[in-house]
Amino acid sequence: MTTQELKQKSKEYRQKVLKYIYNAKAGHTGGSLSMVDILNVLYNNVLNVSPENIKSPSRDRYVQSKGHSVEALYVVLADKGFFPEEDLLTLCQYNSPYIGHPTNSINGMEQNTGGLGHGLSICSGMAVAAKKDKSSVKVFTVLGDGEMAEGSNWEAFMFAAHNKLDNLCAILDYNKLQITGPNADVVCLEPLDKKLEAFGWAVKHVDGHDLEELSEILNSLPFEEGKPSFVIAHTVKGKGISYMENVIKWHHGVPSEELYDLAQRELELI
Amino acid sequence: METVIASKKANQVVFSETLEALAEYDKDILIVTSDSRGSGKLVPFAQKYPDQVVEVGIAEQNLVGVAAGLASMGKKAFAVSPSCFLTARSLEQIKNDVCYSDNPVKLVGISAGISYGALGTTHHSLHDFAVLRAINNITIVAPADNLETEALVRKAVEMDSPIYLRFGKKNMPENLKDDVLGNANEFEIGKGRVLREGADLTFIANGETVLPCKAAAQILNEKHGVNCKVVSMHTIKPLDAELIFEIAEAGQPIITAEEHSIYGGLGESVASLLMQNGFSNPFKIVGLPDDHTVSGSQVEIFDHYGITANGLTETALDLIKK
Repeated sequence: MTTQELKQKSKEYRQKVLKYIYNAKAGHTGGSLSMVDILNVLYNNVLNVSPENIKSPSRDRYVQSKGHSVEALYVVLADKGFFPEEDLLTLCQYNSPYIGHPTNSINGMEQNTGGLGHGLSICSGMAVAAKKDKSSVKVFTVLGDGEMAEGSNWEAFMFAAHNKLDNLCAILDYNKLQITGPNADVVCLEPLDKKLEAFGWAVKHVDGHDLEELSEILNSLPFEEGKPSFVIAHTVKGKGISYMENVIKWHHGVPSEELYDLAQRELELI
Repeated sequence: METVIASKKANQVVFSETLEALAEYDKDILIVTSDSRGSGKLVPFAQKYPDQVVEVGIAEQNLVGVAAGLASMGKKAFAVSPSCFLTARSLEQIKNDVCYSDNPVKLVGISAGISYGALGTTHHSLHDFAVLRAINNITIVAPADNLETEALVRKAVEMDSPIYLRFGKKNMPENLKDDVLGNANEFEIGKGRVLREGADLTFIANGETVLPCKAAAQILNEKHGVNCKVVSMHTIKPLDAELIFEIAEAGQPIITAEEHSIYGGLGESVASLLMQNGFSNPFKIVGLPDDHTVSGSQVEIFDHYGITANGLTETALDLIKK
């Protein structure tokens, strides 16, 4: 897709994320809005994944480690044709498969996530399997910044580098806010690039809302042969809606009717 | 203190030898280890098939997550680690990445129960049946003898759902079944094995505690004229309800034995099944009490808590009297 087409998609995705969270009266709004541009680029310009090849062993794999931002993934998968978009009207409703975290009962979703610090280990196993099979499968995960404190992630960082998993790419949705406050106040992650480089990863920074830059960087993998790639995507929690941007209460806040209308009007103007 | 009869091989040795034999022809078989290939007796496997080993280092959460990823890609991943760490440190990975996600990982808990003896509680797994029983979508098996172990490993390779295999360090007999009971080679996951027939009392046990139950049955027969049935209930989940009902219908007392806490394991599993189906046989759960475990070797700890031929004989005589 061209950058212009991607921009239009991002606008629609944000509108839909908001629509279905508002309808469900539940969801992780801020994080879905911060990572939706990353998913847009992954599914429209990077991953060789489609409803037609979703059972093929040679498809790329995407596992969302920050499972709570599932609404962004639902909207993108619906747009790609994995299931009818109107299914999302059942989001978080009784007996709906569209629950508040990813599950592989939904067409297009690879793994069940939700507990934090799980995605990278699973992806590392997938990447090892792909290497053993000498396949060209690439494996991607999106991590949240809050979950970077999970020790299991650092076990996986060491493992992936030791095994030279250059078919693995981890993208950090670095909106810098978690439910208690700024990461910097909860448990500081910095200097993150130096830490990850010391762990043996090839690291790049990117503006996580710059669709052109994201496309370019995610299509230039691996950054270094023999090393797993880490993308520090600098993002804004609640991106696109003025009153939500960088405001923690929208981590899982649901807008009132008035604020919902205001948000949709703001998005329309983009 | 009695010496428990020892035979040729520990079940975890039989596990590694069986897997080694199968790995030659099935390159999808992988062992995933957490610096545990030595305790898992997998060094010969690793030397012979280095490409079929994934080493994660001492990182049990990553061990299970990586194994889940491998299994999702069609690999027959055996995640091997001491059961004390595997079923506690990585419990969330077992629950989410393996069972909930339906990745058919074969979780192998080695040196289970109190195999590590004097190394203490950090190295004991007396909770693993309890925690795993409460997780949906996992088969739980603790074989008694070498024969059950080999058959179990062969079946586990082909399973397309999660399974937990629990092995101990002690040398166990090749086959605990009395010859008169016919073909000894049958083994089916989910079906208890009757090792000895008897109509006065039944021992239902698993893993290494089947051995002292069998010895107690011998003493009870020879010295007290009490004829005991002995069942290896190797599979805790799914439990063999059919066999347990058949035993209970005869009305005889039942003793369960396990190398596990008396809470949440085989005993409570059998008790729950019986009570909810209207049975009220005299019943006793033998295992490790809800207390700080006494220090000592496995043999000494078993002796302390009466998980021995003599201890189980006394328990049986008491239960019959009631």
